[in-house]
Amino acid sequence: MAEYMAQGKQPEVLFWVGCAGSFDDRAKKITKAFVKLLHKANIDFAVLGTEESCTGDPAKRAGNEFLFQMQAMTNIEVLNGYEIKKIVTACPHCFNTIKNEYPELGGNYEIMHHTQFLKSLLDEGRLKVEGGKFKGKKITFHDPCYLGRANGEYEAPRNLLEKLEVEMVEMKRNKKHGLCCGAGGAQAFKEPEAGKKDINVERTEEAMETTSEIIATGCPFCMMMMTDGVKAKNAENNIQVMDVAEMIANAEDL
Amino acid sequence: MQYIPNILFTIALVVGIGYFTINIRKIIRNIKLGQKVDASNNTGQRWSNVVRIALGQSKMVVRPIPGLLHLIVYVGFVIINIEVLEIIIDGIFGTHRILSTVMPTGLYNFLIASFEVLAFLVLVGVILFWTRRNIQKLKRFWANEMKGWPKNDGNFILYFEMVLMVLFLTMNAADQSLQELGAAHYAEAGSFPISQFIAPLFNGLSEGTLIAIERGAWWLHILGILVFLNYLYFSKHLHILLAFPNVYFGKVVPKGKFKNLDSVTNEVKMMMDPNVDPFAAPAEGTTEAPAKFGASDVMDLSRIQLLNAYTCTECGRCTSECPANITGKKLSPRKIMMDTRDRLEEIGKNINKNGEFKPDGKQLLDDYITREELWACTTCNACVEACPVSIDPLSIIMDMRQYLVMEQSAAPTELNVAMTNIENNGAPWPYNQMDRLNWKDEN
Repeated sequence: MAEYMAQGKQPEVLFWVGCAGSFDDRAKKITKAFVKLLHKANIDFAVLGTEESCTGDPAKRAGNEFLFQMQAMTNIEVLNGYEIKKIVTACPHCFNTIKNEYPELGGNYEIMHHTQFLKSLLDEGRLKVEGGKFKGKKITFHDPCYLGRANGEYEAPRNLLEKLEVEMVEMKRNKKHGLCCGAGGAQAFKEPEAGKKDINVERTEEAMETTSEIIATGCPFCMMMMTDGVKAKNAENNIQVMDVAEMIANAEDL
Repeated sequence: MQYIPNILFTIALVVGIGYFTINIRKIIRNIKLGQKVDASNNTGQRWSNVVRIALGQSKMVVRPIPGLLHLIVYVGFVIINIEVLEIIIDGIFGTHRILSTVMPTGLYNFLIASFEVLAFLVLVGVILFWTRRNIQKLKRFWANEMKGWPKNDGNFILYFEMVLMVLFLTMNAADQSLQELGAAHYAEAGSFPISQFIAPLFNGLSEGTLIAIERGAWWLHILGILVFLNYLYFSKHLHILLAFPNVYFGKVVPKGKFKNLDSVTNEVKMMMDPNVDPFAAPAEGTTEAPAKFGASDVMDLSRIQLLNAYTCTECGRCTSECPANITGKKLSPRKIMMDTRDRLEEIGKNINKNGEFKPDGKQLLDDYITREELWACTTCNACVEACPVSIDPLSIIMDMRQYLVMEQSAAPTELNVAMTNIENNGAPWPYNQMDRLNWKDEN
């Protein structure tokens, strides 16, 4: 982004990568797949790179409002400094925080989740789904809480899956009633409290009941939890976990 | 002498409504112990929520079977209240079926007939509710927090309603028999599609006995209603009144938007402002103690959250959708609401006794809600979505977490590590911020 600014240019959109997309090996693949699609659609985009920092979501949900607001205001200063208007992110937690909690602290941007952004590109004809690798395959979609219940977006990722001509199978608990993967509220960074089962295992079992080949999702943390869940069930050979963006990027049957 | 029933009735009415008013005032006083909160925004959305969610029961019918049963009992309750109006006028003035003399016969007969049908449907609905609780033993009615009083409370309400409906139909049946006998004071009025099947039981009874049955049922019915009205305050059943204001004050922003703590904003802004004078004395007049962050007791919660607690009718839909609860953790959003109300009531009793709140060495945190429960929440909003009357248990969990972290530095160790990482590296993991763009050149 600094380079754009130096040249006095503004990108069409800023890609907010997020911590998982930057550091987690599995989530980095989502980042790369999404970037591939952005290139393919000839989107003029930028990233903050080393100037990006945690949005503060886990701090806020853990109860540390101080740390959250420090993160938020620092980020807002950077974003406003670059005169950013439009942001896209592949993480529903970053999406929710920037969309709902930054405006009160002085950060007003048009922000889209990457499934919403990809859907708009497809609708505008700037991007086409090529290849039918997933055609007819049984796929179930796991709703990320911070995309679905938190912000009411259930359809954008499902529309993308429709474009891939998959056979959608809904889990028993879906959309408004979708079961959390267990990562939200800063749970991803701690061990769960004592109970009879881990939440991600419960959700993975539900996904496996649909006999889908792929659990599609739109959140790097759901990705981690569901991938762990699949491992815990020793089902890596039967069922995969993929981000919707990865599926579109890899739809070409190579 | 002939006015004795009228006088007794009026006394019963005044006592019944008076005692209820006293208790409602206590509820209002207790709710006002909470923090003021501005809910003057989005009035259009708020009223539309009241119409859809409270009046229209839109969230009840998400689960079709209990939704339909509840709808019947709800509609029955509201409409049969027109009959209660007639009963009250009759009681005060010693008239009989006063409305039949002021409205067209057809309309009156239609009204009485529909009350009867509704009363019967309510009876069936309530019996089915009872079987769901006690025979079918639905899991959400048998959770840990539902032992003892909450379980009995749920059943008492159902028994109350059954008895009231049976009395209402018995009263009509006896009235009908008396009308057929041509008894004085029992002019022909009303149409009785349900109680006509009860009336044959009274065949052969003398006029005196029938009058005794009719008057007995009439009195027990109206006294029962007054007792039930006063029972509300002691039970979970306040939702029949509070659901409406509660839905009005429910959340009208996206569920993912958690409230901003303005007190923190001011401090962070000061911290980040290079021009601020670090040695500045506080401005004149700001002698009040700095605000407490988060909530450790009910007084720290907002008035809306306390209204939430009184409104909760312990249906348990929240808990049955809570991922933590489903997987066996201690957290139950319903228990959060019940604990909040119990603690608020405890403080209310303390105030009743002492005139003002005398510290009792207890608080909502630890004495009612444990830290283990608070830390098990994934903030997924399933409980908020599930609540048919717009209660927000998650907001209480969040306020209590804020107290634990910002006032007590008592977060779980792993979260402290994650937060230190965020502070130092801009990510919850121990990676260097300078490596953020490494993915670009990796394969």
